Amino acid sequence: MATEALGLWGVPLAIIAGTLRGSVPFLFVSLGECLTEKSGKINLGLEGTLLMGAMSAYAVSYLTGSPWLGVITAGIAGMFLGLIHGWLSQQPRVNDVAVGIAMIIFGSGLAFFLGKPFIQPSAPQLPTLSLAGWTQIPQLESALSISPLFILGVAIAPLMQWFFRSSRWGLLVRAVGDSPDAAKAMGISIFKVRMASIVAGSFLAGIGGASLSLFYPGSWSERISSGQGLMAVALVIFARWNPVQCLYASLLFGGAQAIGPAMQSVGIDAYYYLFNASPYILTLLIMVITCSPKRTLTGAPGSLGQAQE
Amino acid sequence: MCLPLPLGRHTGLPLPIHPLPIHPLPIHPSPAMETTAVAVQTKPAPPELEVINLTKRFGTFTALDQVSIKVTPGSFHALLGENGAGKSTLVKCIMGFYTPTSGEVLVDQQCRDIDSPKDAHHFGLGMVYQHFTSVPAMTVAENLVLSRYDSPQWINWKAEYDRLDAFMATSPFQIDLRTPISQLAAGQKQKLEILKQLYLNSRVLILDEPTSVLTPDEADEVLGLLREEVTAGHLSVLMISHKFREVMAFTDEVTVLRKGKLAGHGYVRDLTVDDMAHMMLGEKTEATPVEKVTVADSRPVLELKDLCADRDNGLPAVCSASLVVNSGEIVGIAGVSGNGQRELVEVLAGQRPRHSGDILVNGEPYQSTRREMARHQVYTLPEEPLRNACVPHMSVAENMALRTFDCPPQARRGWLLSLSNIRRMAEGLVKVFSVKTPSVDTPVGHLSGGNVQRTVLARELSSTEINLLIAANPCFGLDFSAVDYIHTQILAARNRGVAVLLVSEDLDELLKLSDRIVVISGGELVYESPTATADIKTLGHKMAGH
Repeated sequence: MATEALGLWGVPLAIIAGTLRGSVPFLFVSLGECLTEKSGKINLGLEGTLLMGAMSAYAVSYLTGSPWLGVITAGIAGMFLGLIHGWLSQQPRVNDVAVGIAMIIFGSGLAFFLGKPFIQPSAPQLPTLSLAGWTQIPQLESALSISPLFILGVAIAPLMQWFFRSSRWGLLVRAVGDSPDAAKAMGISIFKVRMASIVAGSFLAGIGGASLSLFYPGSWSERISSGQGLMAVALVIFARWNPVQCLYASLLFGGAQAIGPAMQSVGIDAYYYLFNASPYILTLLIMVITCSPKRTLTGAPGSLGQAQE
Repeated sequence: MCLPLPLGRHTGLPLPIHPLPIHPLPIHPSPAMETTAVAVQTKPAPPELEVINLTKRFGTFTALDQVSIKVTPGSFHALLGENGAGKSTLVKCIMGFYTPTSGEVLVDQQCRDIDSPKDAHHFGLGMVYQHFTSVPAMTVAENLVLSRYDSPQWINWKAEYDRLDAFMATSPFQIDLRTPISQLAAGQKQKLEILKQLYLNSRVLILDEPTSVLTPDEADEVLGLLREEVTAGHLSVLMISHKFREVMAFTDEVTVLRKGKLAGHGYVRDLTVDDMAHMMLGEKTEATPVEKVTVADSRPVLELKDLCADRDNGLPAVCSASLVVNSGEIVGIAGVSGNGQRELVEVLAGQRPRHSGDILVNGEPYQSTRREMARHQVYTLPEEPLRNACVPHMSVAENMALRTFDCPPQARRGWLLSLSNIRRMAEGLVKVFSVKTPSVDTPVGHLSGGNVQRTVLARELSSTEINLLIAANPCFGLDFSAVDYIHTQILAARNRGVAVLLVSEDLDELLKLSDRIVVISGGELVYESPTATADIKTLGHKMAGH
């Protein structure tokens, strides 16, 4: 990143820039996971979905030349994985987490297998919007260019909040997640509601993957997600299953991720790996802080992660 | 025979009682009854609900055999029966949860196909379940709107609130619309369940043990208000119940099921409790009389000193509770559900850390560890035994061995389990405590509620050296004979010199069993009285927090 000319001011600038870029996958995956968990299911497999999304978006963008087609394909690939998870995890006495781990392995394995030919070629990237039209400083311009996907995600967060509050479907999802017995008594099909939530959540996670390969870092490799899908699951807990707080939490995680590169950009190489590990440390800290044997989490859907009888 | 509509329950000609032992014919009230409509109502009269010769088989098991019942418009009908008599199956067939094997459900004398609760709603039938079916994390208003089958895809909350306020103004119960369900007391939740059906315009309400979680006062209030609606001709009610007191006080007619068959039908004004118990159980049975003996050299067994504990959300649940329970004494803790009883029992059972304070058992500090439980012989009958005292997927035998599996003869040399000994001991207990289970290898989660409770009872009461017994709502949701059995067992333990702490939301149970009653309200022990001199009114006031 070209921040040398700005001196130490480059650090906060790089962090802000990194936040705007790096938070996009967190945002989409956490919104997808938020929707899924509101319906009472955990989908750890979103890590695999993220990779599958990244690979398919990159591949389609490369093959067709249209990055937006890639984004749609990523969403559809996510839905495909979501269907599998939705069906498997709702079988009797099946544990969500076990299925989720299997789906991480399956999703990432499939992405690596299908994505081998696309590691070398370079695919057309998504266009970016610049927030820095007022400045002539090139560093600022490059730092403040954001992805339209970021704007889309920022818009989805309050929309999802409103969906949970003021739409019949939103109430259904919450009812199923909080008290499946109550939902059943209302004649709601728990299977369908959860399936729809998981599939829609996986769609979002797939788009999160597209932002990885078509925006930032903007290439396809097997190490592209580095656990962001799993971190997004922790992030939903941190955000108390609230979509708007998912947005803030994603920005925080995106920012934490940018600390390492930002320090490096001003020449601080010491503790480079430690700084790079900050999102993981943050995840761990959040888990430690939010878990307590003495009280339950407020906002947790009542039936989260329970296997069906 | 011409009968007036049973508006006042003490009018009309008496009908004979029909305790019917085998393949009974249904007794229909005279046709004149059906045609008598309440003309002056603004709300439409409820439809007539009739079930004819309904049979439901699950595989080879016949849950219902040729059962007929008729709920006349504007009547309060009780459906009595023991656990497993088929009451729930019957109403679930009516509501479309189950498809009957044969037989018909008639609404307004038309045969109807009811395949789902939605269809049932279409015909004006609504059911209130034994367990609350509101979503805890949502508000009253959200639950009401969600329960509607025709609620719009996009909800305009302002308009909905206006409509709900208007509905509340005309309803028999008042609940604040903006309160989340998780903050409502049990009585209010039950009212909401009924309100929901009224809001859905259900005209025939089917209530599955609606008062099992309510205090007597709350039960009387809810049933009384429903009774008024029925008397006014707005509603018909079909209520599943175990409580003869409520059946006698509020209902018009009663239908009794026994082992899936119709065992009798009649008008409540013609029947006594003994008649109904006879129909229900098949033979004359009376509640075993309470006989208490004074235990010599009574000494304090359980002492609580300024015990404090927190709720799940970190707020205080039990505040400075101090209490002594002596040997050969039952101390009852009365209170409305949610006033800290659950947390208190969880602390004593070792399921919840205490915030501060001391627990002494036999004068020694007690931390509820397994070792201490074994040394002091402390046993627990927690509420919801399947959740708090059993491993649902483990077998009956394994569950019965949970206390003793690491001691001889169930374990050799302290670590090698002897499965054959575990099985043999369980088989003995199953016989002694009459647990109805296909085998001791059946997962305990497959048993009915009463039998789960018996399994836990067998484990907790089989030891000959019990010192302290902590029981919380031990009879919740159980039928007459199971309740009687458990009461007898608890009393027998007391008479052997066991110190018993009995936490119950059923005041009748406490008045029957306990020697002293302590009232818990807002987490504090606010009142104490010997049962012999306890005044129900005072207890009620203290429970309500006055």
